[in-house]
Formats: sequence, structure tokens, C-alpha cells
Amino acid sequence: MAQELNKHNAEKIQGPDAIPVQLTINGKAQAFQLEPRVTLLDALRNHSTQTGAKEVCDRATCGACTVLLDGVPVYACMLLAIEAQGREITTVEGLAPDGKLTKVQEEFIACDGLQCGYCTPGFVLTVSALLAKNPKPSETDVRKACSGNLCRCGSYPRVVEAALKAAGVATASKCEVLTNV
Amino acid sequence: MSEWPSDPKFLGKDTRRLEGPAKVTGAAKYSSDMQPEGWLYGMIFRSKWPAALIKSINLEKARAVPGIKGAVTVRDGERPVYFYGEELAAVAGTSKQACLDALRLIEVEATPQPFVVDPVEAMKPGAPSVFTDSPNLSEAKIKEEGKVDEAFAQCAVVVDGEFSTQVQLHHSLETHGNTIHVRAEDCTAWASTQGIFSVRDGLADQLKLPQSKVRAITEYMGGGFGSKFGPGVEGSLAARLSRETGLPVKIMLTRFDESLAVGNRPSSYQKIRLGSDKEGNLLAFDLDGFGSAGFSSGGRTAGGGGGAGFPAPYIYKVPNVRTKQAGVATNAGSSRAFRAPGHPQGSFGMESIMDELAVRLGMDPVDLRIKNDPFEIRRKEYAIGREKFGWAQKYKKPGSTPGPIKTGVGVAGATWGGGGKGTKAQVTINPDGAVEVRCGTQDLGTGIRTVIAVVAAEIFGLTPDKILVRIGDTDFPPSGGSGGSTTTPSVSPAIFDACTKGLQQLQTVSGVADARGVNFLPACRKLGVEPIVMQGEWREGLSSSGAGGVQFAEVAVDTETGFVKVTKILVVQDCGLVVNKLTAESQVNGGVIIGLGYALYEQRVMDPQTGVVLNPNFETYKLPGISDIPDIEVILLDMPERGVIGIGEPVVIPTASAVANAVANAIGVRIHSLPITPDKILEALDRVPKGATAGNEELDPAFARVERADGVAGDFVDFLPA
Ligand code: FES
Ligand code: FES
Repeated sequence: MAQELNKHNAEKIQGPDAIPVQLTINGKAQAFQLEPRVTLLDALRNHSTQTGAKEVCDRATCGACTVLLDGVPVYACMLLAIEAQGREITTVEGLAPDGKLTKVQEEFIACDGLQCGYCTPGFVLTVSALLAKNPKPSETDVRKACSGNLCRCGSYPRVVEAALKAAGVATASKCEVLTNV
Repeated sequence: MSEWPSDPKFLGKDTRRLEGPAKVTGAAKYSSDMQPEGWLYGMIFRSKWPAALIKSINLEKARAVPGIKGAVTVRDGERPVYFYGEELAAVAGTSKQACLDALRLIEVEATPQPFVVDPVEAMKPGAPSVFTDSPNLSEAKIKEEGKVDEAFAQCAVVVDGEFSTQVQLHHSLETHGNTIHVRAEDCTAWASTQGIFSVRDGLADQLKLPQSKVRAITEYMGGGFGSKFGPGVEGSLAARLSRETGLPVKIMLTRFDESLAVGNRPSSYQKIRLGSDKEGNLLAFDLDGFGSAGFSSGGRTAGGGGGAGFPAPYIYKVPNVRTKQAGVATNAGSSRAFRAPGHPQGSFGMESIMDELAVRLGMDPVDLRIKNDPFEIRRKEYAIGREKFGWAQKYKKPGSTPGPIKTGVGVAGATWGGGGKGTKAQVTINPDGAVEVRCGTQDLGTGIRTVIAVVAAEIFGLTPDKILVRIGDTDFPPSGGSGGSTTTPSVSPAIFDACTKGLQQLQTVSGVADARGVNFLPACRKLGVEPIVMQGEWREGLSSSGAGGVQFAEVAVDTETGFVKVTKILVVQDCGLVVNKLTAESQVNGGVIIGLGYALYEQRVMDPQTGVVLNPNFETYKLPGISDIPDIEVILLDMPERGVIGIGEPVVIPTASAVANAVANAIGVRIHSLPITPDKILEALDRVPKGATAGNEELDPAFARVERADGVAGDFVDFLPA
């Protein structure tokens, strides 16, 4: 019995050396040779050319590595690549495959919802997923949805504005220029 | 004075970032995204001792790890270590996993040394010495103007207080690092930097290559905030590993690394006395101050304040002033310039004591400021801001809100020099009408690429999207590092100059009298086969320095939990000629938000027992998140006659001071140290036992140590613009 169990377990052990891994990234199947301990983020950034997802904390606190897994935003740094097999992985590069920007992307540019842009892929995906689920979010909904994404440049007010505009909710500019003072 | 067009089409309007599409689609390749053929992953091995003498480092086992292609030590032979996390060695291999495995196998022989990480402890006699050849506490820099003691004797009101500010980490989201390829004859470095030329020159020097053979490229970079100049230790290591392996090597720091060794805003401790007559005219100011910029501070840096100095009495004119400032060395990572270095510290102490004085005088804090502020523009800003903010209705007696949630308002002002010069640029006007501008500046996220397009478009009468802007490459005409709010004031005039000359040349060659706008293309068509290539450079009269700004804050404080919610920030900022309103406002938001972090959340915490940084990650080092953000309203004063002025730094300065004043106004008790965390509020309100919270140590004896008998007048750097 114990022997059988051991044999059974032994068969399931993968690695520690590299094993073949199949990932479907932005609709395309890609083959990798990866150690099982490689995260999805590591696979994307260091073993493929899809560097849109960024590594900022590598421990589930910033959201810069956000990708969509079957449409749901997840932290790619917190998922092993082998666990993502058989799922639809969408990175920021996959949002506008034909080069035509989505409404969310357009509004991020129009509202200036970015500065250095390092957090931007994460925010764009988080907001896109929110709008897919909740097409008319309130400001609070946007803040809640984005509370797992950090931005050091302080683009938050305009991320909110971009998300609401993309959903067709009106917002007002908070900037005024006074001349001849 | 200004040559800028008086009726601009694009200057001062909203122009979208040229690189917006690249950034929202992931097409933008940052230095951390570079994957040159054959590239290796690199990682740094750091000291686990806060102080030690390293005897030897053995890399043999690390080299033997499958996939590892190279390994180097930072320095051979015996060497000291001054802080936990100091770089000792680095490895490069074909995967991150190989590097992680290799780091675990590096063997170090070392003698740990006594260490001290708390500046107050480090000042005590008998504290462990950070350096063997100099004391931890530097000699104080002393500055005295007027007759301070006599003036205090004549003051109707004198207030005093002790204030302290924390160590704040830059935490740009893209960490420090480079992808570097060193070949036999030359080198290419994709650097996450605020100064491509500083990277080029640093690497050329280290690699003994001519500067012309080293190329630094920064097409996109994920923030720096003052911490990214030169190749850094991580750059040198990547370069050496690349030379050793013959392959490109990428070393990007981990978030953990980022908290240890690549800079911070130094701490400050301030004992302040301020006196005025009964009308509120400031008469006398006295400061005892010290701070720690980590191991690079203290007696070793004969400069006195080291990196820990701050301006005092900040923006106010006081006839009798005495300041004493010292630096204390500790076994901690060194500070680096951080968005308006020195100013937020100076502002917090001074603006806090100003409000104490206002309360004692029974005077409106805005009136007290206007009365004592020598800068006319800021006085106007207070007037505009108080109106807009509804200050008269909102400001009430401290602590007077009924109920457990108390609201309050506060205000503070700021100054920044800025300026900037020296940029060169080149414009090419092609026969088919295509315009290309090249400039060796870099975009940190401030939007300089778009600023360049706006300026060029304005001159040619084209739209900004018609201008191809190429930046971030040392093969382009040189520009300085992006720091000190100097980029826009340094770059815009050079673009103006190049494009103006280009236009003149186009008009001369084509014979078209006014080649702007609709005439541009027809004029270009007359060029035949030869494009116009024109150089330009920064010159006087198009930009200036010295920006003033004020901020108003409104907060709600829950006196049962100590939780502070900032509900509103109003910014009134002068910035000379507004070049791009859209990106300027984003920068203001960004400054305010870093200021909020400084006010309420951020603090590097070190363990005195082990000397390690206890919060080297975002779970425990709290950056402001999207839910913490108040309503931020921005008023920019457009003064084209002053030319272009940078605003990156001034907007970060007064936020924490205004918030601190608003908290004091809300609860009726002042919190003397940043960040204003719930535990400090509860302690101030007597809701928890005294001494139960961290960071409220007894500072008085520490200030006594700063006193020096010699009393030589120092030449402490004056941060204020001339
Ligand atoms: S890198 Fe994955 S959450 Fe920060
Ligand atoms: S835009 Fe720089 S971190 Fe968000």
C-alpha cells in the first residue's frame, strides 16, 4: 500500500528540472521548457517576449504584474506557470490585437491616467476586467477594483477619471489655469 | 521679457502624451524589458551584517551551479561593510532560478562588528562607531544672523517644539537596474536612469572605454524621484559580468534590494523656538537640528549636515535667526536626493511651529503666513487659495468639532529653485515635411517627450502629433540629468532655439516668407533632396527658476481609532509658462500623493537589535493606494512672462505640513513626528498609555549633544532661490 502510494506520488512529481509547459497567451499557444517553480510572471517576462506585465514587488502587493486568467485579473507573480496551463492568459499586449485601442486604453491616454507608465498595464487590465463585469461602475467601484494596484507617480485621480469616462460616466476636470494674477 | 508666442495654439493646452499608446499596450520597452540576443539574468549578493569586516568571498560553488555563466565580487580582498544589504558580489546566469540557487552558495568569511542604526543612539557617547576614523556625530554647522537672544527677550509670544521626520524610501515602481552589453570595443547600456549621460560617463570610466564608445539608452523608465543617477553599483556589476561572459547582462534590483541600498529621504530631528510681536511679525528663530543620511552622513562627511541638512526657517523672513545642524552616521543605507531634497523636512518643522504661533496669537494661520512671507507670488496664492477652499468657513478653533469624528483644515507653503540650462537639441526638417527632433534628455514619466513636441509644433504651426521626438539616447545632442525640476526649463528653450533656427533656414532656402502651418509642407517640398538640420541650445530668457506654491488640506480624524482621512487638497502653484497643462496637472497630483505618503503612511523601520530593515516590501512599507486619495484640486498660475519653470519638486513639499496642521486643527493636539499614524493620534489623545507607541522618543538630551562650544559660523547650504 505504502509502496503503491509512493509510486503514485513519484509519478506526479515534476521537476525540479525544466519540463515542457504549454501556455495560451493572447490566444496563441506557446511552448516553454520551465522549471516547475517558475512563476507565470517570470515565464512571460524572461522566457517570452510579452514583457507588458511588470515585476514590481513579486509578492502580490502591487498589481503591476496583473494579467487576465480566463478574463479574471490575477497577479501573475503569484501563480506558477504550470498552473496556468489550459487557461486563457491575456496580457496587456492582447487587449488590442489588431492595433485598435480599446475604449479603456483610449481614455487612459486622453485623461492622462499614467505618468512613467510602469503600473499602467496592470491598471488597464484591472479596469478592463471591471468594466466587463460592471459596465456602469461608480467611483467607489473603481477605487475598490483598483485597490490592489499601486502607482508611485500618483496617477490615481486620473485612473479613476479614465475608468469612469470609458464607462460613459461624466467627470469634471479638477485643474484650472489662472492667467494675469 | 519672453520670446514665447503670446497667443499660443498648443502651449498651455492639453496635449496627450505621445507615448501613451505604447504605454497602454505594453509596446513600450523599459530597460527592465530589454532582451538582447543571449541575455543573462543577474542578481546581487548582499551583506547580511549591518557592520562587518569581510575577509574573503568564495564564488566557486556559485559558479558551478548549472546555468551560471559569470560571478564577480564588488571588491577583492578585505573590506568593511557599513550597512545591512551592502553589495558584495553578483552572479549572472541563464535563468532567475539559477541565480537564486547560486546566491545561496556564496561563502563569506567575515568578522561582524558592533553597529548602530538609530541616530539618537548613535549620538550617545560610547555608541558603536560607524567609521573607525571619525565620530558618528558631525560638527554642527552654525548660522547666526542678527541678535537672537536679545530678540527673543523682546518677543510678545514665544513658542517652541520638537519635531521629527522619518526616513522615506523612493520606491519607484521600476527598480534600479540596467541591461548592459559590453563588447571588446564598445558598450550599450539600457538604463533605468534619470541621467543617460551620467550612466555613459560612469561606465566609460569603469570600463576604460572612450565615452564615444559607450551608449546609454533610456527610452522609457519607471520613475526615479531623485534616486537614479549614474550607473550605480548594480550598473557596474552588470557591466563587469557582461565583460566576463561576453553576453548582455540584466540586473534589476528586487523590491527587497530597493529598500536597502539605493537611497532614501534622510530623517530629521528639529528643536525649534519661534517668537513674534503681538501683531504676529516674526522676530526670532532658533533651531537645533540633526538628521541621518545613513552611513554616508556624520563626521566622515566634513560637510556637517551631510545629506541630512534642511532649510530653516524655510520660506519665512525672520530678522534674527540661529540654526545649528549636524549629521549623524548610522549603519544604514545612504540617502539620495528625493523629490525636493531637504524641503519637506524643513517645511514640516517650520509650518508646524507657525501654526502653534498662530493659535497662541489668536490669529488666522493664513494671515500669519501672508504677513511674514517675502515672496509676492505665494502671498497671492494664499489669497486665491483661501477663497477657493472656503477657508474662512472651515477654519475653526482647534479640536472644536463635536462628536468622535473631528474635522480640521491646515495650510502650508513651499519654494523651489529649479532652473536648469545646458541642453542641446537638433531638428531635422525633411523635404517630405517630416520633422524630427532629437535631444539627449530622458522621460521619467513627467512627459518631456510631449513637451518637446508641443514646443516644436508651436513654432512650426503644426500639430504635436506631427513631430517625431527622439530622446533617451546618448547618441543625441546632450542634455543634463532630470533632477531638481530642471528638465522642462532646460530642454524647452533648446527646442525653441533649434526649431526657430530651423524655420528661418527653411524660409530662406525655400523662399517662402512664412513657412508655418499650411505653408510648411509646400516650403519643405522646395528643399529638393537636402533636409535642413539645425542645432539649438538653451539660452537665457526662455526659462527661469524660483517657484512658489501653497496647499490647503482638509481632514477627518476618527478619535476612537486614530484613523486620518484626508478629504481634500487644494494646490495653488506657480509654474511660469505652462507648457502642457495635461501633464503638468498629473505631476501636481503625483507630488501631492507622495506628500500624503510622507504625512501618513511611509516610514522605513529598522531593527536596533539586528540592524535590518524590517519593512522591505509593500505589505509593511505602505505607499498611498487609490482609496487613500482625497479630492485633489489644482490651480496653476500661468505667468508666461517668467518663462518655463519646473514643478516636479515644489508640489511635493507642503502636503505633509498642511495635513499635519489640519490634524492638529481637528483634534486640538499636535503630532510632532511624521508619519502621523493612528497610534500617535491615540497617544496624543490619551487613549493609550504614554510611551506605548514607537517614534516618540525623548529627544531633548539628543539635541544637547549637538551643541558645540566653538560656535564657528558655518556655510550651510542655503536652499532658497536667490
Ligand atoms: S509584481 Fe505581482 S503583485 Fe507586485
Ligand atoms: S505611472 Fe509611474 S507608477 Fe504609475
